[in-house]
Amino acid sequence: MKMSKIILGALAMSALLGASPSFAAEAVAVKREPWTFAGIFGTYDRNQLQRGFQVFREVCASCHGANLMAFRNLAEPGGPEFSEAQVKALAAEYEIVDPAAEGGKRPGILADRWPGTGQSEADQVAAFGIVPPDFSVLAKARGTPQSFPWFILNYFPGTAYAEGGPDYIHALLTGYEEEVPADIKNADGTPFTLPEGKYFNEYFPGHAIGMPSPMTDGQVVYAAAEDGSTVPQTVDQYSRDVSAFMMWMAEPHLVARKQAGLQVMLFLVLFAGLLYAVKRRVWSKIEH
Amino acid sequence: MSSHESSYVPGSAVEKWLDDRLPIIRWGKTHMMDFPTPKNLNYWWTFGAILAFMLVVQIITGIILAMHYTPQVDLAFNSVEHIRRDVNGGRIIQATHAVGASMFFAAVYIHMFRGLFFGSYKQPREVLWILGVLIFVLMVTTAFMGYVLPWGQMSYWAATVITEIVGAVPVVGNPILQLLRGGFGVDNATLNRFFSLHYLLPFVIAAVVALHIWALHVPGNNNPVGVEVKSSRDTVPFHPYYTLKDLFAIVVFCIPFAWFVFFLPDILGHADNYIMANSQVTPAHIVPEWYFLPFYAILRAIDFGILFLDSKLLGVLFFAGSIVVLFFVPWLDTSKVRSGSFRPIFKWFYGLFVVNFIMLAYLGASAADGVVLGISVADFSKICTAYYFAYFLVVLPLLGRFERTKPLPTSISEPVLAPAAAE
Ligand code: HEC
Ligand code: HEM
Repeated sequence: MKMSKIILGALAMSALLGASPSFAAEAVAVKREPWTFAGIFGTYDRNQLQRGFQVFREVCASCHGANLMAFRNLAEPGGPEFSEAQVKALAAEYEIVDPAAEGGKRPGILADRWPGTGQSEADQVAAFGIVPPDFSVLAKARGTPQSFPWFILNYFPGTAYAEGGPDYIHALLTGYEEEVPADIKNADGTPFTLPEGKYFNEYFPGHAIGMPSPMTDGQVVYAAAEDGSTVPQTVDQYSRDVSAFMMWMAEPHLVARKQAGLQVMLFLVLFAGLLYAVKRRVWSKIEH
Repeated sequence: MSSHESSYVPGSAVEKWLDDRLPIIRWGKTHMMDFPTPKNLNYWWTFGAILAFMLVVQIITGIILAMHYTPQVDLAFNSVEHIRRDVNGGRIIQATHAVGASMFFAAVYIHMFRGLFFGSYKQPREVLWILGVLIFVLMVTTAFMGYVLPWGQMSYWAATVITEIVGAVPVVGNPILQLLRGGFGVDNATLNRFFSLHYLLPFVIAAVVALHIWALHVPGNNNPVGVEVKSSRDTVPFHPYYTLKDLFAIVVFCIPFAWFVFFLPDILGHADNYIMANSQVTPAHIVPEWYFLPFYAILRAIDFGILFLDSKLLGVLFFAGSIVVLFFVPWLDTSKVRSGSFRPIFKWFYGLFVVNFIMLAYLGASAADGVVLGISVADFSKICTAYYFAYFLVVLPLLGRFERTKPLPTSISEPVLAPAAAE
């Protein structure tokens, strides 16, 4: 049944082709980082998520919201796993608008969502020309273009790739240039000029981004991890940590999902083998 | 309904009592256990069972999702995120439903291409085939409406672009468009009616599937050699032979299914759909889900008008025609020989048709002003669209007249007993 094989292969291909060029536009391919949460055994690095949260809180949170993240999430398994006491104390540092409370405000509790930036959207538009996007699912709302035909590998075990979002964010945060590089041109070949109030970023589609480069080396001071290990305090490291944190925020159950997946796959393979044996046995009496 | 007597003997007084009043167990035994099935069916014939399984999976996961989903434009996006984050097992249920749609379509395309290769649509199975095409139309509609529900950017813009094509129809187009959207633009009313219909249609599909299987059980299955069953030597009872084979196939099918659900739940979709719908911002590249791409490419291929038909209307006609033509395949194919295995020339045209269909999918995903293999997407799409229609309207009618087919075995058992004869 050679023809059948061709058809099956062809159909599988068509399934794969479809999803690919979705990020075509003007996006630039980015370097792949070795994330701990990639692959079938992937898990988040707790220390990294804690550092990423620190970067988020100290740097990004003044402009970006995270309205789907509750304080309690920060203490849940599979995430940054701060202790409940730490998160309670953290929540209490924030004032939450609550019409039911005396004076309309009260200190935060575990069940509260992240309180937002404290700036109105109108102020943000006035300052940046655009509202900075909410972080809740941003890491899944971005990706990186994949070249034909290699994107096909993204779908298969061993070469699977679902980390385009954090890779893009890491690249974006480290992709600022003071001056527009000379080799960047408009579509018509004229030299690229940066519009007023925009910043040049190699990886942002169209290169002109409304976000000023948010970090400098040494800006965030990391405490040593529990085991005493330290990481460099560089923009590159901050970017990697905050990207990982954003991935967790967008996909908080990733670890549990992958662990369940391993069990399900194992079960399916064994069950299929068993059924095949039974089927062979039953059919063995039939000439076919 | 079928050509054989029931072998059911009620095993107890209660069963006998029930059998005299509602012979449902007898019916089940006849149709789900004893049903004589050709013994030479290969694995392409397991996709019907896989599809039935997928329909059940979609309905069950869908009902659970509906318990937590809010069909309101300001809340819909976050309610889906709420399912992923806060509902027990929600991430997996949601991913199963979303990936399930893709798996369902992968299976239905295989099922249809199987039918096209083995001539399963030919006399006496025309009604079975037509019901199948009807199911396909219903599936496309259901999936399209379902994709709008999470109210992401791609949901919104796909809904806008696709409903718009109805507006191209003269006179009735605009009233229908407004009825479909519940207003002038895609908005809350659209979301509400799409949700309502998305919940309804799977049950309509289930009903048509029942007819589909009824229509299967009258003539019985076709088979890979395409020669009708001649005697009971050619068949085996459905149970346990095909219940086991189908079950095995379903479990194997679940392996890639689970792979995507657990390890790559978002890869078959678009990152843009994680951005909430915004009528003010058009995504750089509006692409429908992969399973619509071949038909979308046909729609886009028509960028020219003919006589009084402008390009928009003509595009809609080709788009609709590409599916409507399937209803007529039983009469367009004039060959008496069912199975492609015995049609040496047909095989080539068929193979090209499959490649052409995949090419259409690829073109549907490419930017309209792009270039593929040195040919502009616009021209390439026209060529592929032309072949799509030529296959049905020219190749199938003519081949039946001119092709010299290979000799057929006299019965199903013949090639089974002497494999050399089939080649
Ligand atoms: C001074 C305010 C400000 C700070 C601080 C800030 N951002 Fe932004 N950010 C913006 C604005 C404004 C945009 C919208 C840019 C645009 O679309 O042109 C943005 C956009 C983004 C985007 C989306 C880019 C895209 O592809 O659309 C990411 C990712 C991002 N910021 C990450 C971060 C991270 C991580 C931090 C903290 C390290 C941070 N931002 C700190 C203002 C800020
Ligand atoms: C929900 C979708 C569908 C379900 C559940 C379904 C179910 C089935 C089942 C159980 C069978 C018998 C087993 C088999 O041959 O695989 C069958 C046969 C068949 N189906 Fe479908 N089907 C669906 C959609 C379609 C579509 C879209 C078409 C074509 C447009 C189609 C055309 C046929 C034909 C021609 C046969 C007879 C095949 C033969 O005996 O050679 N079906 N279907």
